[in-house]
Amino acid sequence: MEKTKQWGWSPQWRKCCRGRKRKNTLHPHKERQHLPVAAEQNRQRWLFAVYKPPGVAWNRVRDAVETRLLRELNAAPAWPPRSRIRFLPAASAGPPGLVAVRVPVLAEHRLVRGPRFTQLKIGAGHRLDVKASGVFVLGVGHGNKILSHLYNCHLSKVYTVRGQFGKATKDFSDTGKLIEKTTFDHITREKLERILAVIQGTNHKALLMHSNIDMKTQEAYELAVKGLIRPMGKSPPIITAIRCLQFALPEFQLEIHCLHETQQYLRKIVHEIGLELKSSAVCTQVRRTRDGVFTLDDALLRTQWNLQSIQNAILNCQLRVKTEIEKTMSHWDGTCAPGGTSTSPLG
Amino acid sequence: MAVWARLAAPCGWLRAAGLLGLRSRGGAARACCGAAPLPALRSAHRLPPWRLRVSVADCAQPSRAKGEACAPRSSLPVAVKQEQAAPETVSDLSAAKLYEDWDDVPPSSALEEISEEEAVKIIADPLLPPQSSTLRDYVDHSETLTKLVHLGVDLSQVEKRQKDVGIEDSQLGPFLTKNPYILGEDLEALETRVAYLKSKKFGNAEITQMVSRAPYLLLFSVERLDNRLGFLKNELGLSVKKTKDLVIRFPRLLTGKLEPVKENLQVCQVEFGFQRNEVQQIAFKTPKILTASKKRLRQTFDYLHNIMGIPHNMLTRFPQVFNSKLLRIKERHMFLIFLGRAQYDPTQPSYISLDQLVSLPDEVFCTEIAKASIQDFEKFLKTI
Repeated sequence: MEKTKQWGWSPQWRKCCRGRKRKNTLHPHKERQHLPVAAEQNRQRWLFAVYKPPGVAWNRVRDAVETRLLRELNAAPAWPPRSRIRFLPAASAGPPGLVAVRVPVLAEHRLVRGPRFTQLKIGAGHRLDVKASGVFVLGVGHGNKILSHLYNCHLSKVYTVRGQFGKATKDFSDTGKLIEKTTFDHITREKLERILAVIQGTNHKALLMHSNIDMKTQEAYELAVKGLIRPMGKSPPIITAIRCLQFALPEFQLEIHCLHETQQYLRKIVHEIGLELKSSAVCTQVRRTRDGVFTLDDALLRTQWNLQSIQNAILNCQLRVKTEIEKTMSHWDGTCAPGGTSTSPLG
Repeated sequence: MAVWARLAAPCGWLRAAGLLGLRSRGGAARACCGAAPLPALRSAHRLPPWRLRVSVADCAQPSRAKGEACAPRSSLPVAVKQEQAAPETVSDLSAAKLYEDWDDVPPSSALEEISEEEAVKIIADPLLPPQSSTLRDYVDHSETLTKLVHLGVDLSQVEKRQKDVGIEDSQLGPFLTKNPYILGEDLEALETRVAYLKSKKFGNAEITQMVSRAPYLLLFSVERLDNRLGFLKNELGLSVKKTKDLVIRFPRLLTGKLEPVKENLQVCQVEFGFQRNEVQQIAFKTPKILTASKKRLRQTFDYLHNIMGIPHNMLTRFPQVFNSKLLRIKERHMFLIFLGRAQYDPTQPSYISLDQLVSLPDEVFCTEIAKASIQDFEKFLKTI
């Protein structure tokens, strides 16, 4: 469950909250962190998606976004410092005496107390491993709670997976240790699509089995019509749809819609497709093009990781996230909801 | 009638009261009272800003007043909400005049006269907390710290080092932030070292530059500096003039550890296969290589040489590619391959030089080198 883990990932958070986790208090010298958004938007769904580049771990991406946001927030003009009255001797020539002088309170000076914001709570959604790339959902502040609600909606994700016939490696990717080399001239697109249909069929059976719905009821029919049949609890990885986008020997590209998967599982699928076709295959690229309601268009590139773009992205995605959660939860609240949370996500 | 200020300090208030010339007719017998700013402060917070009534004529000094004028504890921490940041003299204005429109009783001023009974009831907090984990609590009351803040020293960073800021010295603010130890050094030792550097024919401006970039330089003894300069000269095999040039541009070489430098040189020679003169050239042009991490160096070299196919002589001519981020190189190279413009051989047409590949900002790179728009580059980035 993402919920229990996402707070404890960042090392800065752990260091800062040592011994204060249970009390849930802040360090006495640190401010409460809030992004500058108007008060009426405080309870909104602060989620946005970034594009994670390949070759970088997901927590480094999260830290980089946090660092950039903090830099911009600290660069914003601060409150004018408080001042107080001090009685100092009169400097100019005049009657010797004390003059009340207003001096700024240095304890609040930026150089003394440090930067105003030292930490932002940014949580991560479904993770991507180092070699994979694609849409990576992050949540800020209140959005972290919404992340766990989104997780419970069990929405499917879409990947584009590139593979290459002729090789087999130990970790199913093209950078692993080579195990064998095979021929692949006998492979045609029809054979590949036949295999894909078989995979889709078996996975569809698993989908129905894990959704815990009796297929013979009217309710099952309604769910199927709305497209809401999916396992609402823990289940092994399930592929809901798979099709071939490109086929140019030895390379091919697949589009996979799946649930509860890991990227290594998708690489293993590519390897097994190679085996089924009496050859071997390795996976050269795993790229997530959609995670629930967040698509490639919503994902922010590295050059766009600044406060303004992130705020715009948050505002764009809010409505979609809200409708999606409402749609799933309103249906499952009436019936039994395995794996759902007891608190209402909308409010 | 006692004229008291509503003070916040038990220990300093007596001196403060004396300082203000607000003499107690009853003398120091009021020693038992402190001020109770807490209820007063809270009420002051709710009240609109007001100005103090100061009568300069009243400041007939008792003997200690002048001497204690600069004492840190002479301040009256009256909590008044004001907007101005610069110190300004407060002209006198009676509270009553300010609030003649108000129906309420005019708010109490810090310098208002209160009866002795009330004064007895006021309890004060200690002005300076006896123990504090930050310098914040002390900065208003310590002249040293105040002056440092005015110089621009970032005290929050100094705190993290957990060292006391000792003797005062006249150095630059950011320099002190990085190196508060310098304040503990003898002035003579510092002068000897600067003299040594001058004897090695480093100019004044160069010495300043070196010291500001490597703040710990002046902490090293003369022998240590000598050893390091000699070591660099031997390892790199460069002439004296070139070594000096190198050290001026990258003084951190002198202050860092020596083993990683040696190891990096070995890596360049043995693993990457550069010749000794090539290594010298690279080290002279980009001395940062000598202190870079080996893993990063290896990854960058591997991508540049094996995947991009750039030969050693090209890398020697443009060693700045080793300093740039691998991800940036990868993205740009893949974009050029996608466009079919990845040509790094100067003998072929439409050649792209390596330093242009890494050093140009994105927009210039897209328009000039790749001859594509930046939106295309962004769309491409989302496909890798």
